[in-house]
Amino acid sequence: MSDFHLEIDGNKVGVKEGETILEAAQQAGIYIPTLCHHEKLEPFGGCRMCIVEVESRGRTKLVVSCVYPAEAGLVVRTRSEKIDRIRKTILELLMAHAPDSPPLVALAKEYGANKDQFEKESSFCIHCGLCVRYCEEVKKNYAVGFVDRGVRKEISFIPEIAAKVCNDCKECFPLCPTSYLQATFVLTESLAFPTVP
Amino acid sequence: MDIDRIDQIIDRHQCEASSLIQILLDIQSENHWLSKEALTRVGEKLQVPFTRIQHIATFYKAFSLVPKGRHEVHICVGTACHVRGATRILDTVKDVTGIMPGETDMDLKFSLETVNCLGCCALGPVVEIDGKVHGKMSPGETADVLKNYE
Repeated sequence: MSDFHLEIDGNKVGVKEGETILEAAQQAGIYIPTLCHHEKLEPFGGCRMCIVEVESRGRTKLVVSCVYPAEAGLVVRTRSEKIDRIRKTILELLMAHAPDSPPLVALAKEYGANKDQFEKESSFCIHCGLCVRYCEEVKKNYAVGFVDRGVRKEISFIPEIAAKVCNDCKECFPLCPTSYLQATFVLTESLAFPTVP
Repeated sequence: MDIDRIDQIIDRHQCEASSLIQILLDIQSENHWLSKEALTRVGEKLQVPFTRIQHIATFYKAFSLVPKGRHEVHICVGTACHVRGATRILDTVKDVTGIMPGETDMDLKFSLETVNCLGCCALGPVVEIDGKVHGKMSPGETADVLKNYE
């Protein structure tokens, strides 16, 4: 049962109280591109790929659909010239970090993003937070976390915890859009894992 | 800093996980840095995952994960201090202490940092040592002031 209705790309969509625009669209079978979204995890709003145009009370604004609660009577547009342009720039910025990541390459094709638009800063992590949040929210292992901030922000395994749990889990590995997570894990394993007494 | 002292600080904040930053600040101001043992202990007592503590401790510039000297020297290199000769002050301090900004000397006497504005541009060039502001400094005066610290 739906509590109220809103309009997404011209389709009337029923939603329940507390759902986000993204969830409403996914249930209606309308595709919105995402990178940091995962159905088992709390919305993060980190990648901004799911940005959409929302019209309410005669005003149009841009919102991030994965964290924006659906309201009655909203008119949502998931594609427009403006949105495509924003997504293209986001992709180009992310591709300065991870130019060959498969999900990024696929989206770049769709939105005409040029992976060489910006100077390469190959840190390979696009800060989607999937690994960190999965480990925290689903597995409750807290083996990997973010450190530092801004341009120096990166993921970091806690060697003592990772040595115990990661080899039997590795469920975050397929989530990573760039394989940087795997690289970080291998590096931590070889450099910092406590030696077996 | 021993575990008992850390426990005391944590107890002073009623072992509340919401006081995490305040606890870390207290340890930082007493010990001048946050050791891994201290962070682990705080995590155990407050039931906060180590990843979160590590995230917070690396996020804020007020925290240091490496030992700091007994005296923290902050040299303003903001615009006003810069045009009034902060570069020469900085060079003097580098010479006297033998360390670069962001470093600590071997016997943990001084830690040197550059800052971008201390909010008292009329006093430029400004040097702040352990929270005490020294204004209108010349390279000579700076060297003299540093001699007063043990």
